[in-house]
Amino acid sequence: MTVDWSWIGDHTDDLTTLTFSHLQAALSAVFFGLLISLPLAVVAHRIRPLRGVLLGLSNVLFTIPSIAVFVLLLPVSGLTRTTTVIGLTIYTLVVLLRNTVEGLDSVPAKTKEAAKAMGTRPLRALLTVELPLALPVIMAGVRIATVMSISLVSVATYIGDGGLGQLFTDGFQRNFPTPVIVGVVLTLLLALVADALLVAVQYVLTPWTRRRA
Amino acid sequence: MYELFKDLGDWLVSGEQWTGPDGIGHRLAEHLQYSLLATLVAAAIALPLGLLIGHTGKGAFLAINLASFGRALPTVGLVVLVFLASGLSMWPVYVALVALAVPSIVTNTYAGMTAVDPDVKDAARGQGMRWHQVLFQVELPLALPLIMTGLRLALIQVVATATIAAYVSFGGLGRYVFDGLAQRDLVQVLGGAVLVALVAVVLDLGLSGLQRVLFRHRPA
Repeated sequence: MTVDWSWIGDHTDDLTTLTFSHLQAALSAVFFGLLISLPLAVVAHRIRPLRGVLLGLSNVLFTIPSIAVFVLLLPVSGLTRTTTVIGLTIYTLVVLLRNTVEGLDSVPAKTKEAAKAMGTRPLRALLTVELPLALPVIMAGVRIATVMSISLVSVATYIGDGGLGQLFTDGFQRNFPTPVIVGVVLTLLLALVADALLVAVQYVLTPWTRRRA
Repeated sequence: MYELFKDLGDWLVSGEQWTGPDGIGHRLAEHLQYSLLATLVAAAIALPLGLLIGHTGKGAFLAINLASFGRALPTVGLVVLVFLASGLSMWPVYVALVALAVPSIVTNTYAGMTAVDPDVKDAARGQGMRWHQVLFQVELPLALPLIMTGLRLALIQVVATATIAAYVSFGGLGRYVFDGLAQRDLVQVLGGAVLVALVAVVLDLGLSGLQRVLFRHRPA
């Protein structure tokens, strides 16, 4: 299996477009995933009976094959980017919800009591004490969700989207390995770069964790 | 929406759907075979690796990076790539599924091993236990809950992803998804998806039941 380097040279514009489209789909999914899972996680953390229900529900969503999720969304949102993003968002929910709940659980009770004793109201305590302290665990979830989304975008190629995934169908249909290899390598690179950037973001956001490490 | 669910119900219970080489029974058996075999092979590779890394404390960097590498690897791309290299066989599907399952098992095994209290390990060594006794009689039992979590996660991912076998013209429940997709038959796609989800949930419940039996002797 050899790589046809001239094909790569001839298709740099296409590859750039596909890479950006790929990244946009994955990042939108993580963004919407966070938007949905943060409030849900707070609810699951505070109201114990709902915890099992929410986590169980997100686990069940995770078991549906991604191809099927995209197809099932077709009657709702058609052959569009929206379908891709909704499908991917569903997959990010499991990781984000679980990690955010675990992150909130990991905040020491004494810290919360201290905040309460100082007269900090619940919402303010959540925003300024609990969420920041839960950040390392939440960020671990964000990193996993981001890397997973970047790898999953390709599956949307079956509904005509899928960013770099289109290179896989192209290579498969023409029995031509080069686009497939390029697609796999670019997906891996995107994921690694995104992960490294998130590590840097976490480093900046949680200065108090540095001394321990 | 109601119509769709009614059609889905009819599709799932109709007798003819369950028999023959295209029947649900046969597809289910194929799907189970792909998923269980891939998970077993992955466990055979990943468990010793995770135990070794956890026990010696060496290669943690490798374990963590292997995990993110495995998550980043696009399964469709991997299947097509191995397919183009090896021709029409089940190889591509098994390679992709094993590659998908190994990282979850390695990282959870490793995480379970490192979570074991160092004092407990010291005490075991102080009592004159050899390294293999510490590993198998102390560390492994204590790490087992997290190891089981890793296996369950891997199995769920593998069952959901085994759908891809149908993309390279093999069987399994993915057949309904891809055939339904080609025939614009939403009921069939939905049926395939529901069956895959059911298999994953049932297997997960089975493993968690097994886990409960294994830990009966320990208070929660």
